[in-house]
Amino acid sequence: MTTQMAPESMYRSTEGLGVWEHRGKVASVGIGHSPTARRWDGRPETSVGALSILALRKAIADSGIAPDQVDGLVLVPVTTTGAYWPADQPVPMDVANAFNQTDDPLDGIGQLSSEWIIKNMPELSNVKFTMYAPGCMSAAIVVAAQAVGDGLASNCLVLKGWHNLEGRYNHGGISGADEVPGSFAVTPGRTLWGAPGCYGTALQFAQYCTKYGKHHDMMAPFMENSRRNGLLFPEGYWAQHRPEQLTPEDYLASRWIAKPANLFDNDIPIMVAAAYLFTTADRAQDAAQKPVYILNHASSRGAARSITPTLEEVEAETASTGRKIYEGAGITADDLSFENMYDGFAQFHQFHIEGLRYRGMQPGDALDFYQTDISIEGPNPILASGGNIGGGRSRFWMHTDCMQQIQGRAGARALTGVKPEIAVSGGPMPMGGNFTVWSATPD
Amino acid sequence: MVKQGVVPDDLTRPFFEAANEERLVIQNCTACDRLHFPPRAACDKCGSGDNLEWKQLSGKGKIYNYGVVYDCPVACLKEDLPFNLAAIMLDEDPGVLMYSHLPGIAPDEVPVGGAVQVIFEATANGQKVPEWQVVG
Repeated sequence: MTTQMAPESMYRSTEGLGVWEHRGKVASVGIGHSPTARRWDGRPETSVGALSILALRKAIADSGIAPDQVDGLVLVPVTTTGAYWPADQPVPMDVANAFNQTDDPLDGIGQLSSEWIIKNMPELSNVKFTMYAPGCMSAAIVVAAQAVGDGLASNCLVLKGWHNLEGRYNHGGISGADEVPGSFAVTPGRTLWGAPGCYGTALQFAQYCTKYGKHHDMMAPFMENSRRNGLLFPEGYWAQHRPEQLTPEDYLASRWIAKPANLFDNDIPIMVAAAYLFTTADRAQDAAQKPVYILNHASSRGAARSITPTLEEVEAETASTGRKIYEGAGITADDLSFENMYDGFAQFHQFHIEGLRYRGMQPGDALDFYQTDISIEGPNPILASGGNIGGGRSRFWMHTDCMQQIQGRAGARALTGVKPEIAVSGGPMPMGGNFTVWSATPD
Repeated sequence: MVKQGVVPDDLTRPFFEAANEERLVIQNCTACDRLHFPPRAACDKCGSGDNLEWKQLSGKGKIYNYGVVYDCPVACLKEDLPFNLAAIMLDEDPGVLMYSHLPGIAPDEVPVGGAVQVIFEATANGQKVPEWQVVG
């Protein structure tokens, strides 16, 4: 079976499309997570392939749907947190040989193919639809939701796995070269000028502070809240390995990476996998878990005009994304019980929620909002999952939390200041991401 | 700060050849009257590459904003940490940005909105690149 990358036609990336044609007709009924680790320790059972199989099996078991009833699989084939398997380093064949291999021995170690998953999960005997999504779980969710709505699959698994090898993000390869190609020298994001990964967001945040008279210190309550929520997320990295609260003092004393972004403003790369099981609203009635209905998905395809996105471009794009989210779901900002927009860099988050006009926010309001009660006990919860700052870089805690909150199984993280009925999650970038609206009811 | 050497490629050669002559040129779509940087194969407005020409600019701009880099992935710049990294808006079109280390300006003492003038610095292999100096 050949697996294609999802065509652009599966995404809802422009305004004016109206209510999503499958609104309330697709539901999530299964969630599965692997354990987390800071880095891969080289063992077969902790490889990204093994973690992915574990997550998939948990999601299937959680749903109560028989494995041979699963007929769809959407996954992200890229699993890197930033480092790829070094070209001059031999593939660890003891790991590769621990699984049924495909033609590429790095499958299951430094990437994932649908073929590898199916070869190593014989219980998936009825998968007829497979598709790849780029980047992260947010895209895979959109593709799977559209696929189920379109009838391409009835019971569709959605998977994202991450591998995290030794080494620092972007510090190897061309960053150490004496000479670079001219195009790279002026490539947005990575140039001769040595911008670290968070620089573009830091620049937008600097302009945000200049424009609205804000300061980096005002992020502290958000960071404290995110870690607190993250520590209440037992599937997350910080909860499993470093159960330490983050105080405002800790946050403000942290070293800068690209001022005004410090170490804690960057999410920590980890090993982890998660899977969900989507089905039709009709079939969801028979699932083991309460269905969480999808009211809409929307995508941003914003592009910077020049070498890095400006604040003004970001604000225009997030506002447009907000309008797309609400239009397709047939709701308004007032209908949102809570939000789980992307945060890994922390300074993405205010752009996303201002674009949503969450709780009536306008551009420039979010940092003042952070000084109020943004806890899960209050009426205006911010990032109930704790996001990637609170759980490590998975880019899927936000989705899991939306489902668990609506299903009433978020445990100690359960919202008490609002009734969790409709939520939005997604990301990553304000200038390019995918977003989903979740609901307790199909209408 | 000596940056990594640059080997111009087909797309960027006119930009870097002009830099060696201490001239700042970027692409302009004559059909759309729209400036472009970084260099690209086609205009982002009309989608055509047929009307892209290289246009010489005044070399004047203003500082959009900046960050201070304390942790840099590029090996040859690490000895210069921390350093400013500013985005420069070109006077001809503030929507077009270029990066600058703002030579001569101490870290975090950047006059946001201040006027700058292009200069040209040699990289590690002698290829010159535009940099920007605060004026006034």
